[in-house]
Amino acid sequence: MPKKKKSNPLKVTRVVLGTLFFLAITLLMLGVSDVLPHYLGWTARLQFMPAVLALNVGSFIVVLLLTILLGRVYCSVICPLGVLQDSISWLGRRQKKNRYSYSPAKNWLRYGVLLLFIVALVAGAAALAALIEPYSAYGRMVSSVSHPKSWIPAVVAAVTLAVIAVLAWRNGRTWCNTICPVGSLLGLLSRFSVFKPVIDTTKCNGCMKCSKNCKAACIDSKAHSIDYSRCVVCMDCLEQCNQHAISYKLALVKQPKPANEKPAAATSKSSSKAAKTDEGRRAFVVGAALAVGAGVLKAQETKMDGGLADIIDKEVPKRQTRITPPGSQSAQNMYQHCTACQLCVSNCPNNVLRPSTDLAHFMQPESSYEKGYCRPECTVCSDVCPVGAIKPISVEEKASTQVGHAVWIRENCVVLTDEVTCGNCGRHCPTGAIQMVRLDGSKPENRRSEGSRWGGNQSAPERLIPVIDEERCIGCGACENLCPARPFSAIYVEGHQVHKTV
Amino acid sequence: MDRRDFLKKTAAGAGTLALASCGEKKSGAKASGASSFGEGEMTYRVNPNSGDKVSILGYGCMRWPMKKDENGRDIIDQAQVNTLVDYALEHGVNYFDCAPVYLQGQCERATGEALKRHPRSSYYIATKLSNFGNPSREEAMRMYQNSFEQLQTNYLDYYLLHSLSDGNDFNRRFVENGMIDFLVEERKAGRIRNLGFSFHGPQEGFDQMMAHHEKYHWDFVQIQLNYVDWRWASGRNTRADYLYDELHKRNIPAVIMEPLQGGRLSKVPDNIVARLKSREPEKSVASWAFRFAGTPEGVLTALSGMTYMEHLQDNLKSYCPLVPLTEEECDFLFETAILMQQYPTIPCNDCKYCMPCPYGIDIPSIFVYYNKRINESTIPTERESKAYRKLRKSFLDEYDKAVPALRQADHCIGCRQCVEHCPQDIDIPRQLRRIDEYVEKLKQDKL
Repeated sequence: MPKKKKSNPLKVTRVVLGTLFFLAITLLMLGVSDVLPHYLGWTARLQFMPAVLALNVGSFIVVLLLTILLGRVYCSVICPLGVLQDSISWLGRRQKKNRYSYSPAKNWLRYGVLLLFIVALVAGAAALAALIEPYSAYGRMVSSVSHPKSWIPAVVAAVTLAVIAVLAWRNGRTWCNTICPVGSLLGLLSRFSVFKPVIDTTKCNGCMKCSKNCKAACIDSKAHSIDYSRCVVCMDCLEQCNQHAISYKLALVKQPKPANEKPAAATSKSSSKAAKTDEGRRAFVVGAALAVGAGVLKAQETKMDGGLADIIDKEVPKRQTRITPPGSQSAQNMYQHCTACQLCVSNCPNNVLRPSTDLAHFMQPESSYEKGYCRPECTVCSDVCPVGAIKPISVEEKASTQVGHAVWIRENCVVLTDEVTCGNCGRHCPTGAIQMVRLDGSKPENRRSEGSRWGGNQSAPERLIPVIDEERCIGCGACENLCPARPFSAIYVEGHQVHKTV
Repeated sequence: MDRRDFLKKTAAGAGTLALASCGEKKSGAKASGASSFGEGEMTYRVNPNSGDKVSILGYGCMRWPMKKDENGRDIIDQAQVNTLVDYALEHGVNYFDCAPVYLQGQCERATGEALKRHPRSSYYIATKLSNFGNPSREEAMRMYQNSFEQLQTNYLDYYLLHSLSDGNDFNRRFVENGMIDFLVEERKAGRIRNLGFSFHGPQEGFDQMMAHHEKYHWDFVQIQLNYVDWRWASGRNTRADYLYDELHKRNIPAVIMEPLQGGRLSKVPDNIVARLKSREPEKSVASWAFRFAGTPEGVLTALSGMTYMEHLQDNLKSYCPLVPLTEEECDFLFETAILMQQYPTIPCNDCKYCMPCPYGIDIPSIFVYYNKRINESTIPTERESKAYRKLRKSFLDEYDKAVPALRQADHCIGCRQCVEHCPQDIDIPRQLRRIDEYVEKLKQDKL
């Protein structure tokens, strides 16, 4: 009968805190409630890479100080991917006890990856760096399940999860100590942490139990040494040691070296595409018109009562420039800061944001208005974004932030194709940028574009077409989303490279 | 006609109740659960033209239960229909009201299917000539012939010119194409046993139709009658007391439609529920409306679109037998009707004539949802009020559940194709816009 082991209070604390953090951030990523970001947003902002990318000095310093003081508690408590790995390796240990052993650090690999990671960031390829960044990797796993929008992040998430699960099951924290750039970076500091687990050689009987249960494979029990750059201070060894030879205590060795790996904001290729509009657009327009023709419902010979007309799904129009949400300031800012964690995508209540499939912006969010539009009262993505890719924006600021402008496509407009009155775009434009005019361009006298009033016996309402004041349009997509033309709307939004206030 | 006239007729109507088994049970024993109410015999009315003995409860076949087929299309749930029809016949219901256009054109086939399992002499079939869009003789003939086929019968007991509004409408759809002469011949030949029409329109329109009585002899007329429409008909509809009076003085039996206003007289505000329930705690809110509709003696049958068994059973309670309303009870209902009008509901009876909207809007679902919130007094109105936050969230959440986002009011383009189909004369696009503007304000928190 094995003696019931007394649990170590430090380990219990680590497990409890880690679980709480993990649950909080998972809830946040599930996007189940619109009040959660308000209360739990800080758990995302405390994440290391988001803090670095957002130039969130506060969070950045908190994490660094925490590491210098206590070691890599960030990895075992704050990082959701770390806690996920701990959970998997816990299962692994249940299947086979004492399954780990000490292995020397693979420094060439960890620092090589770290270097590449920093180069990618400095080069402005945040999306590439995001592939191995732990916080966004976890975010993609959650959102692929909770808000599947596109198969690409789902595949990336599945591959990441598979690799991590195998590694964690067999060897515990291999990922964190060989691949994870955050782990490697914090490891540079934790080497010199103020508190750390220390082996009392007078008590140690050399049973190697600590080593065999160390997820980080960092305890060399023969040499009685611990590689603090890899230790994630999980406190498992404290609990394992029957001799109480390991204790977590003040052990000042040297002054830590400052770590200045902060990536400089870098310039990337400025993609000022020339306006080679016409050809591609024309081809698109013709295709769209054909599709609309096919899509319009024919009235039945005998109208039967009841039933619902089929609604053809809208298709994404070919936009010259992609649209990024208000608060992202520019395509450039988005490109440099976003780690593709999918937090905004999961939390977008209007189904506007989705991960890009474009390799240059791989998995970074972009706006499109087939399922909803960027509603005036909503600032959720800017509220949740932990990296400053979508900076906080107020409802008032949003109302005057131009992220794009609407373009009318004559060939698709139901006023002309179906010969009906419409004006749904103009009616729903929040900035009044759309006016309804006669087909010859003249303005109707009394602006009664909306059909007759009570009584309904006036002359048939006039058929009017929209004209857009590009200066007032903010690109919210209300017109595009509410346009009855399908699958391609008769009015759609072209994105702007740089947002501006109108 | 005023209340007193209504009651005079009512009192006379009670005379036709000879067939009903009266007799209050005076047992002291405790009830085992089921209400003892309505365990008697169905009340029947006699059609003076044909001598048909028609149950006062008629089955409106416009609201049969639907389900999805394997392709996701709406189809009638035939098994349910069979069960309902069997139960109805068993409990004395013998009038079934169909139309070729009901339920996306599936009504006649499903009803015929259920009825042919019973002897043809045990029920009366009513159906209509719904030639709204295309008034050509060919189309009307096709529709007429098709009804026999769908209903699997070689005669129709009651045949209606569907939803006339005035003499012009009648001329366009039935005189110019010669259909009325044809149908009169069909009546002579016995393939139509009773010929009449259903009506939604202004008073002058009804007068014009009554003027045709001498020439064509209407065997019956179907009108919208309930304790609200009795005096306070909405839109272009004529008040029911006038319609009924005009029929009664010509000895034309009235078939009643919308006795419950498509459910609006059963889904009522809390204070109305309390008012009706405190008078008769054991009777449903709907029972008042059905007793009202059945009370005038010239009513042949009151149609109810009973989708569910509980509707059928509740109506059987009200009509087995019908206990006509007293003078005081009628006053009570008219006062109730006045109270109800303080609620700005949209007079939609969920008949679905407006559907399908070519742009995919689910018009009746939007109106039904909006009316429900009004009746529940759960329409957020003032930002300052305490319940505002909660109401706002629940209004928007429930709206999304009741109507898919793509079929909500903000997608109405105002093409107005629906307007002509609405028998209640609702300016549908205007009402949709009103709801859209309200929802938009609510969403933006700028109420």
